[in-house]
Amino acid sequence: MRARQLAGRLWWYLREVSGESAYDHYVARARHGRPGEPVMTRREFERHRADERGHDPGSRCC
Amino acid sequence: MTVPNTLGARLNLKTVLIWSAVAVAGAVAWGVLALARGENISAIWLVVAALCSYAIAYRFYARFIARKVLGVDDKRATPAERLDNDVDYQPTDRRVLLGHHFAAIAGAGPLVGPVLAAQMGYLPGTMWIIFGVIFAGAVQDMVTLFFSMRRDGKSLGQMAREEIGPFGGVAALLAVFSIMIILLAVLALVVVNALARSPWGTFSIAMTIPIALFMGFYMRVIRPGRVMETTGIGVALLLLAIVAGGWIDQSSLADTFTLSPEALVFWLVAYGFVASVLPVWMLLAPRDYLSTFMKVGVIALLAVGVFIAAPVMQNEAITDFARNGNGPVFAGSLFPFVFITIACGALSGFHSLVASGTTPKMIQKESQIRLIGYGGMLIESFVAIMALVAASILDPGLYYAMNAPAGVLGATVESASTAVANLGFSISPGELQAAANAVEEQTLVARTGGAPTFALGMSDIFSSFLGGDSLRAFWYHFAIMFEALFILTTVDAGTRVGRFMLQDTLGNLYKPLSNVSWKPGLWATSAAVVLSWGYFLYAGVTDPLGGINQLFPLFGIANQLLAAVALTVATTILIKSGRLKWAWVTGIPLAWDAAVTLTASWQKVFSGDVKLGFFAQRERYADALDQGKVLAPAKNLDQMQTVVTNSTVQGTLAAFFAVMIIIVILDAARVCVRAIRSREGLSTAEAPFVESKIVAPAGIFPTADERRELAGVGAGGDGTEAPPR
Repeated sequence: MRARQLAGRLWWYLREVSGESAYDHYVARARHGRPGEPVMTRREFERHRADERGHDPGSRCC
Repeated sequence: MTVPNTLGARLNLKTVLIWSAVAVAGAVAWGVLALARGENISAIWLVVAALCSYAIAYRFYARFIARKVLGVDDKRATPAERLDNDVDYQPTDRRVLLGHHFAAIAGAGPLVGPVLAAQMGYLPGTMWIIFGVIFAGAVQDMVTLFFSMRRDGKSLGQMAREEIGPFGGVAALLAVFSIMIILLAVLALVVVNALARSPWGTFSIAMTIPIALFMGFYMRVIRPGRVMETTGIGVALLLLAIVAGGWIDQSSLADTFTLSPEALVFWLVAYGFVASVLPVWMLLAPRDYLSTFMKVGVIALLAVGVFIAAPVMQNEAITDFARNGNGPVFAGSLFPFVFITIACGALSGFHSLVASGTTPKMIQKESQIRLIGYGGMLIESFVAIMALVAASILDPGLYYAMNAPAGVLGATVESASTAVANLGFSISPGELQAAANAVEEQTLVARTGGAPTFALGMSDIFSSFLGGDSLRAFWYHFAIMFEALFILTTVDAGTRVGRFMLQDTLGNLYKPLSNVSWKPGLWATSAAVVLSWGYFLYAGVTDPLGGINQLFPLFGIANQLLAAVALTVATTILIKSGRLKWAWVTGIPLAWDAAVTLTASWQKVFSGDVKLGFFAQRERYADALDQGKVLAPAKNLDQMQTVVTNSTVQGTLAAFFAVMIIIVILDAARVCVRAIRSREGLSTAEAPFVESKIVAPAGIFPTADERRELAGVGAGGDGTEAPPR
């Protein structure tokens, strides 16, 4: 049980860090915060997110 | 608080015992490092000294700065909470943000500098990495993060302009752009030196391009957003590419992938240009996932490896080169050049760009700056310690045969063996060849740049407990691949950042340029950036005096210059906001950094020693050239001309950097004097107070109090669930 819990935590962390869970957060917020507005599909959302990133590459250090 | 005595009881016995034990363990490890002379000690002492010092600094000094000096206030809403827009402003779990921040600050820098600085012995490097990070580097990162967070995530350049003045702002902008160019050139030079005439390495790295393209396509079209799955596939393909490199090495294709340094420069510049104009989802994003996972994985494995393998240090504690300044890897004596050579891992100005800009817009609570700013930098420092270990467990003879410039060593194992003997160390031609054969490289002579040395040390550690000698070559190329992979990611991302800066600045002169989607402008500015670093890269590759030897000090000076700008901004804000009594927290590291950088620039510009001073070097070679003479290590008149041109450019840059620092510091001093005289302080550009509604712990693990608070708002006890907004 403890091992499974640990693995669950690790999986949660990896999904959060990699941005894989960004869509889930978006859907949850869109449903609660802006009812009535259309919710993007995963494909639309990921494209939108990737294009946003193209406008701000962020610094990468040495 | 009417019962003050019970407050004292909160410092319970268990805590006192634990911290006493940490202090004793650290003291013993430092004692062993300091007192061991003439005997070889285990690398574990170094690691223990580092970890105990970090723990104490984080627990006490970082907490003191956060609470007393900065006055973090968890009742105050952060910009992420106030301006939340789901794009750049977004409250992010502290542990997730630590991951992002660390991935953004840590790259190849902490793996290169300590390897080069090992020529001074392991002790100076270790002391600077540990004390430097505790009192300067981590402080700079945390303080910059804090002040940027209090200003809605403004960039360092904007803060310099608002808090100091337009002069400081322009100097900061110029510093950022020039350091970016030098950084990219030096990092690309590391890759060139690691891949030149190595078909195995070149093939493996070339394969990362189709792998990244495939991953990008997969995430865009086949399975949108499935990052973990895609990265898993990518890492598997990457390992296959490393293994396949070994097959290529043995096959008739080996010649195709055996490239000269000049050819590699061409490919890198072409790659940099194409990668920076393609949409990010094609190359940059998938590369970023791959390199981040590889980076964190390898560093974790290495930390475990050092404990299991417990390698013994072969390097001396302090070498003669530290005293006489005649080292072959880089010229100059211990002060100031150890502090210039090791920038990343001890004090890195570049971090202030990440700490102002991206990260401050995502922090949930003010108190989290300690974990993310200070803690993130401590992890990078630990990476630097491991690089120092990897270089110091190698036989010194082998270390110098790999790291002295080609002009000194000559091309063969015999000439290298003689040259190493002249330096006062020994390695036979047979041993040198055997070392190359063990990792299936043609030669290890003059493989400068740090990456091959680090890779060799790492393969030593890994093969001692994973696979033995049969996997030595695999681990070597694994390490080369891992380093080259994220250097190329930096080259790609850095070119983009440089391009954005150029578009932004030139957009003031010619409007269409500021439109980031206007293709001709995009191509022109990208080309300008790649050609700028490409020029320094080519100059480094063809420099008869050795490119790393000449360029790395410039990179260090530029990086420390940026640190001086960040620390100056921080000190100015502390004084302006009436905290003169705490100004030493950033003021002392600033004074140290300015002393180091200005001394180094002074020596690089004015020193009469031709090995050290760029202009002395220029004069000597120019005079000889006028008389038609050729001076070693140049082989002909063309190479003489190259030396003259390079030393002129490099000397001018060193002088330029020094002038920039002086301008920023003087301009800030003017503002500080005005603030001190005005008695009640000057107004700063801090955003007004808004009350926070978010509940979140400060550290990785919530304390008992934080757990209760979280339960009160119905969030998961460990803070895993995001609290309701």
